[in-house]
Amino acid sequence: MELVGLYHYWVFAGLLMIGFYAVVAKPNLVKKLVGLSLFQAAVFLLYITMGKVEGAMAPIFMAGIEEQLYSSPLPQVLILTAIVVGISTTALGLGIVIRIKEEYGTIEEHEIHQIDHP
Amino acid sequence: MVSLFSIFILTLLLITALAIVQSRNLFVAVMLSGIFSLLIATIFFLLDAADVALTEAAVGAGISTVLFLGALALTAEREQEPPTNRPVALVVVVMTALVLIYGTLGTPRLGDPNAPVQTHVSPWYLEQTPHYIDIPNVVTAVLGSYRGYDTLGEVFVVLTAGIGVLFLLGKSSPRGSRGPESSAEGAGLRHYLIPRLVGRLLIPFILLFGLYVQFHGEYSPGGGFQAGAIIAAAIILYALLEGEAHALLVLPRWLLTGMIAGGALLYGGVGVVCLLLGGNFLDYSVLTSDPVTGQQIGLLLIEAGVGITVTGVLLSVFHAFAARGEY
Repeated sequence: MELVGLYHYWVFAGLLMIGFYAVVAKPNLVKKLVGLSLFQAAVFLLYITMGKVEGAMAPIFMAGIEEQLYSSPLPQVLILTAIVVGISTTALGLGIVIRIKEEYGTIEEHEIHQIDHP
Repeated sequence: MVSLFSIFILTLLLITALAIVQSRNLFVAVMLSGIFSLLIATIFFLLDAADVALTEAAVGAGISTVLFLGALALTAEREQEPPTNRPVALVVVVMTALVLIYGTLGTPRLGDPNAPVQTHVSPWYLEQTPHYIDIPNVVTAVLGSYRGYDTLGEVFVVLTAGIGVLFLLGKSSPRGSRGPESSAEGAGLRHYLIPRLVGRLLIPFILLFGLYVQFHGEYSPGGGFQAGAIIAAAIILYALLEGEAHALLVLPRWLLTGMIAGGALLYGGVGVVCLLLGGNFLDYSVLTSDPVTGQQIGLLLIEAGVGITVTGVLLSVFHAFAARGEY
């Protein structure tokens, strides 16, 4: 169980850094946004992993079940809203990318830089 | 057995993420990110977060993929070769990863009932919800009632993002605007028999499921955020099949704009009514003579507000993207 738990955290670290790499190293703006959603997903995974209780159920009461362990509802609430906020901000980012494409004719970072600083 | 399954899915997640970053074809990357969302939703479900899994599956695999594809249609489908490989970035990323992995050695072990997360307010929520609100789904209770301020803030963030997209893309395209009826844009997939028939069969059930998730959120996984995403997905499917113009006949732009503001207004309005009835802002206990019933009515109202705003924003964003492109 110990190693399985650590693996969850290592996958979090891996995903966070894969997303971060896409944001800093990829010149394509859409790719950067995909990387940003990977980064977000990694944070979601961290929170949900922390809320888990061994041998517990999802925090929804069921009739006839007493003395049952439940996982923590709080991280789930935070992440549930964060997912929807995440897609809204991603949509805003995509809107900005589309406007950049219309103004500059490209969505590659280095080409935009060249147009701005000829 | 379950832990073996978790390890398998987590490994698949890492592989998918690497493939997303590696792929030069953005279309492939977006499709893979849909798979990524389904995989991570499975992990959430295994970690007892049914509500989160439902949200991730609806938003990540459904809406997000459509929005990214819409953006790709307007920009470029292939990523260019980068001028430099940015070795510094790789070094920074690897170093940070090592620091993070070192940090994980000090975390409480997975499933520890005595971890700090489990010993602070969580037990209080679990013990007191039957007493104060008396609904089975504690996640909905925390979302709507105990942390109602938070959720109101999140709804306003969604609202602001929606308004932002409308400002950015609402103005007509510089390449000359096309009427919705002209060219292939209005046609959708109308000439493809099988997608159209299957889609038409599915849409009523998706809508029904969305409404169930909306109004059954107190008893089972669900609520306004998930329902909003599912209902928006059904309308987007209709728009893809029948053409955008038809979808706009069902839910015209003015109605969508009204929904964006109206949902947030309903949520805030419930808070103000609570104030006027002598309680605190968003303290639903004062809504009826019985505090527990008041809480339940308040939750139902604010969840409806959340659902309306989320549906409105997601559909407005979709139409803003679609109006610029050649679907």
